[in-house]
Amino acid sequence: MSYFGDIYKGIKTLLTGMSVTGKYFLTSRKGAITQQYPDNRKTLKMFERFRGEVVMPHDENNEHRCTGCQKCELACPNGSIEIIWDRQIDPESGKKKKMIDQHIYHLGMCTMCGLCIEACPTDAIVWAQNFENSVYDRSYLTKVLNQPNSKLKAGVEE
Amino acid sequence: MDTTIKNSNLKSEEYFINMGPQHPATHGVLRLLLTIDGEIIKKVEPDLGYIHRSIEKMCERDSYQQIVHLTDRMDYLSSHINNEAVCLTVENALQLEIPDRVKVIRTIIGELTRIASHTLWWGVMGMDVGALTTYFYGFRDREMINDIFEETCGARLTMNYNIPGGLMFDIHPNFVKRTKEFIAHFKTKLPEYDTLLTGNVIFQKRMKGVGMLTKEDAISFGASGPVGRGSGYSCDVRKHHPYSALDKVTFNEVLKTEGDSFARYQVRIEEMWESMSIIEQLIDNIPEGDVQVATNAVIKLPKGEFYQKVETARGELGVYINSTGTKNPYRLKFRSPGFSNLSLLNHIAVGGKIGDLVASMATLDLVIPDIDR
Repeated sequence: MSYFGDIYKGIKTLLTGMSVTGKYFLTSRKGAITQQYPDNRKTLKMFERFRGEVVMPHDENNEHRCTGCQKCELACPNGSIEIIWDRQIDPESGKKKKMIDQHIYHLGMCTMCGLCIEACPTDAIVWAQNFENSVYDRSYLTKVLNQPNSKLKAGVEE
Repeated sequence: MDTTIKNSNLKSEEYFINMGPQHPATHGVLRLLLTIDGEIIKKVEPDLGYIHRSIEKMCERDSYQQIVHLTDRMDYLSSHINNEAVCLTVENALQLEIPDRVKVIRTIIGELTRIASHTLWWGVMGMDVGALTTYFYGFRDREMINDIFEETCGARLTMNYNIPGGLMFDIHPNFVKRTKEFIAHFKTKLPEYDTLLTGNVIFQKRMKGVGMLTKEDAISFGASGPVGRGSGYSCDVRKHHPYSALDKVTFNEVLKTEGDSFARYQVRIEEMWESMSIIEQLIDNIPEGDVQVATNAVIKLPKGEFYQKVETARGELGVYINSTGTKNPYRLKFRSPGFSNLSLLNHIAVGGKIGDLVASMATLDLVIPDIDR
């Protein structure tokens, strides 16, 4: 008797579970969380705080805000940022001033911790929301953030 | 049947097989050396080291701000709580007064992390014992929490939102709204978990009476978290040593006395209800104020030893810092919940079948990077 009772109970619990899956089978389109990723590239918008990669924004005059203070380089836990700088003569004041030559960012080593951007006193580097970082060669992951012939925006240092 | 075996020359022999390091039920690179007789397990020997990254040694090199992001990579499913543990240790050592706003936000995100971790565990645990559907349902609800994290912290898994002295930046304006939406959503979905799996007769047969752990053994093996509480060992750090805003909220410590896999399963399901109640108590009155206390750019801890423990989704995480007064710790040691919980696997699996080993391992909720560090 308990043999058949067990079978009855077993089928009943299975049907109870299937009532949930059956409900979603009939209303599956509603509230689906999956995204049709490569097809929705045009409409896909990441959150503004999303940490994709570090970039240095330049304005229309090809000017950035990096003074070369190297605080980001010091804050980085694994040496993803290297700053090559030297002292050049500032055309306006005529004095020698520290200027960046290259702000090198190793994306392949970056852990996206955000400490460099927290450390930056002039907001020279920010997060970009780009997350498609795959490339064919590892060397492409080493980026120079400041554009060629760019210079420091006036008034940033004050 | 018995007589034929007795009269024949057949005899059984112990032999050993490898389970892992690439076994789907070990959820990571855990290698188990099984000594088995037929299908009866005689001995389980975990072999670790496949994902060892020497995080503790790297901490000796890094400054106290930089240590925080390494803890993301230990127990990646409760990364926020790991960050919080390091930050609390440093803040206690510096005797910083942390604003209430920071405490409340930390607790809310910590409990959201716990729910996210438990929903993922529920999904993969169901998959381990043969119920593939749970995987999709668990991930569906976790996705909403991940979106909340992504909007506020900037990352879905390795958040690194805490810094010694507070939070990296304030919460996103949508945070409160989204969290409330999630709680309302999850309250209708969590009963479905029970309907779908808990009452299922196959699932109960796989879980009940499997992986028995008595309270005495739980204490002597150093079990913590839901594994200890499933055996009736009251070990919730949130209750006994409240940190952040957990002393302002009321919640129950979930205790089960059966000590089998099903008890550990029930503890985690009920813990999700408790976490939701904690979030509900805090979400409406997040105090105004700063989200950071100014610290020196180079943090130097005073000379001495500092210890802080927190309750992650897996159990008790302890952070021990031995400082000599410089900007790096002289020694930093993590007491990770997964390691002690793994140590009792041999004890609960011996005498059972291989299928039972998978079921009890699933309810231990092991995260291998947490064990190896």
